Amino acid sequence: MKELEYPFDSSFIMKKKKALRRLLEEQEPAPAVTKRVAVLGGSTTADIVRVLELFLRNFGIAAKFYECEYNMFRQEALFPSQELSDFKPEIVWLHTGLRNLTFKPSPDMSAEQIADGLDAEAAGYVQMWESLHEKFGCAVVQNNFELPSSRLMGNNSGADPRGLVNFVGRLNLRLADEINAHSGVYLCDVNYLSAVCGLDEWSDPQYWYMYKYALNTRFIPDLCFEAAKVIKAVCGRNKKVLALDLDNTMWGGIVGDDGVENLAIGQETAEAMAFYQWQEYVKSLKNIGVLLTVCSKNEEENAIAGLEHPEGAVNPADFTLIKANWEPKSENLVNTAKELDLLPESIVLADDNPAEREIVRACGFSAPDIGEVWDYIRVIDRSGFFETVSLSADDLKRTEMYAENAKRKQAQSKFADYNDYLLSLEMNAEIAPFKPVYVERLAQLAGKSNQFNLTTKRFTESDMTHFMESKDYVTLYGKLADKFGDNGVVSEIIGRVDGREVHIELWLMSCRVLKRGMEYAMLDELVKAAKNVGADRLIGYYLPTAKNKMVEKFYGELGFTLTETHDDGATVWALSLDEHKESKNKAINVKRED
Amino acid sequence: MANANDILKRLNEVFRDVFDDDDIVVTPKTTADDIEDWDSIEHITLIGAVEDEFGMKFKMGEVSGMNNVGDMLKIIMARGK
Repeated sequence: MKELEYPFDSSFIMKKKKALRRLLEEQEPAPAVTKRVAVLGGSTTADIVRVLELFLRNFGIAAKFYECEYNMFRQEALFPSQELSDFKPEIVWLHTGLRNLTFKPSPDMSAEQIADGLDAEAAGYVQMWESLHEKFGCAVVQNNFELPSSRLMGNNSGADPRGLVNFVGRLNLRLADEINAHSGVYLCDVNYLSAVCGLDEWSDPQYWYMYKYALNTRFIPDLCFEAAKVIKAVCGRNKKVLALDLDNTMWGGIVGDDGVENLAIGQETAEAMAFYQWQEYVKSLKNIGVLLTVCSKNEEENAIAGLEHPEGAVNPADFTLIKANWEPKSENLVNTAKELDLLPESIVLADDNPAEREIVRACGFSAPDIGEVWDYIRVIDRSGFFETVSLSADDLKRTEMYAENAKRKQAQSKFADYNDYLLSLEMNAEIAPFKPVYVERLAQLAGKSNQFNLTTKRFTESDMTHFMESKDYVTLYGKLADKFGDNGVVSEIIGRVDGREVHIELWLMSCRVLKRGMEYAMLDELVKAAKNVGADRLIGYYLPTAKNKMVEKFYGELGFTLTETHDDGATVWALSLDEHKESKNKAINVKRED
Repeated sequence: MANANDILKRLNEVFRDVFDDDDIVVTPKTTADDIEDWDSIEHITLIGAVEDEFGMKFKMGEVSGMNNVGDMLKIIMARGK
């Protein structure tokens, strides 16, 4: 459920938690696992338990909870109540923090006193973990400590061992050492999270005075998401694959249109640097055992060329699988899962296009709203898809293992509900003869479209005006809007009238709207326009270039008959207008201007 | 600041969201006794949601001193947005 995925709206979750709980039950698939979770707190935990339940449920975990009495965490961990014993927790979250320190340094103490205090404080937590482990064999999630909001000695509180800032820093490092030394104990990094949220807001003391909450209640969702990420990782519910779109996701620009040399990637511009840093982050995910794949609407050779960009941080060998083709992405991801022998739910797609994200989400994959390029790293990182609770040698070799397996399997599958997806986009097109207001855009589109372009003829604005005004030409532009917004003018056709034939001099479409059925809607209008000028046949031309292979068979797919094939690969096609009866456009509502 | 009726309308939406009940109709006289789920825990959620809705913060004394929706309304009229 999108409301519970990063980046989420904490206020919304707090306010609507009752409704969200109901909607999770109604809408989300049945949970995969059930876990008994005990939340043992050193402060109020009422809403923490309720919000944690939502996040866990969204990770596919139905949690049953035990909540200890206020501030009874230590007693419960060392001498469990009958209720806790009967509950038999599988996971215990020790929700503790600065308010629960039993020792605080002060300027009148000696170095030894403070060292002893630190030892005792850390030992107190170790004792609780060992007791819980012995009694229940459960996993333990342990908060570390947030920094204090006041500093008695000012900046020196961070340097002087008698300062509380210094003490908390050292205590957190000690706690980390102890966690590393104890299997089955995992860190919930409150120290990091409180800094992310802003310490002053996080530690607003009113919430302690009024309700005995250790944090500002508006950050309860942030805290619970952090704990939920650790718990779902402990339960083996991490994602395994990061599938990456390419154009405007891995580099700025469209490799098929702009050419490799014009992509934004490297160190030369701000945009190029942003994409480079993101590529570096993506590559580093391999080091924690994440499999990288490509899922891009592109010619494969263009995709490879982009990944081989000398200024980029990744190269094609970093990717276990490369799916660069024109099939729906959901289908490519289904195949990726099959070939890697993984469940679809273990794949995350990073894609800049909200429409693509929506369709793959509907098919059960994760696809976060990654924002702009400077947000990509934060969103993927903070989402916790790949939360590593332990890192093994196998993790580091995983990319190679899967690459071998994948070579053995190359399956194909079709998605039955693609049309349903198209309908869900609520697309509206406006298709009409050229208008003066669009001449500039039409010339611009004709000048830069390379991939979905049958003849790749470049026309100037005055050419466009001429076609618009001449009786010898049939012209059409197409605008397409969907529920995500207006794509503007995305397609154009110029037909030359010659007696009873209309010769299609130009037919192009922006790759932004591929596989939407826009070409069918354009054909319907072209047929009508040709009939209006007394024609009975359409003649289409395909002139091959280095970049327009994707439309090689376009006219054939529309029902045209091949009439000529030339040595250079150029083809000529014909369609009798009375043969075109049934529209193939099923999803776009067309508004005409007659 | 908007008039009491507008504020009450917005407050009503917040109550419906928090208690997930579209049948709730609050008046200045409504108290915690009138809404089944309005306990001390939900009161905290409610206060936070009202603060977000009206872009304001209640003072500590105000949170515990409110006896009914009318008390809340008065404070919002003075400081809310």
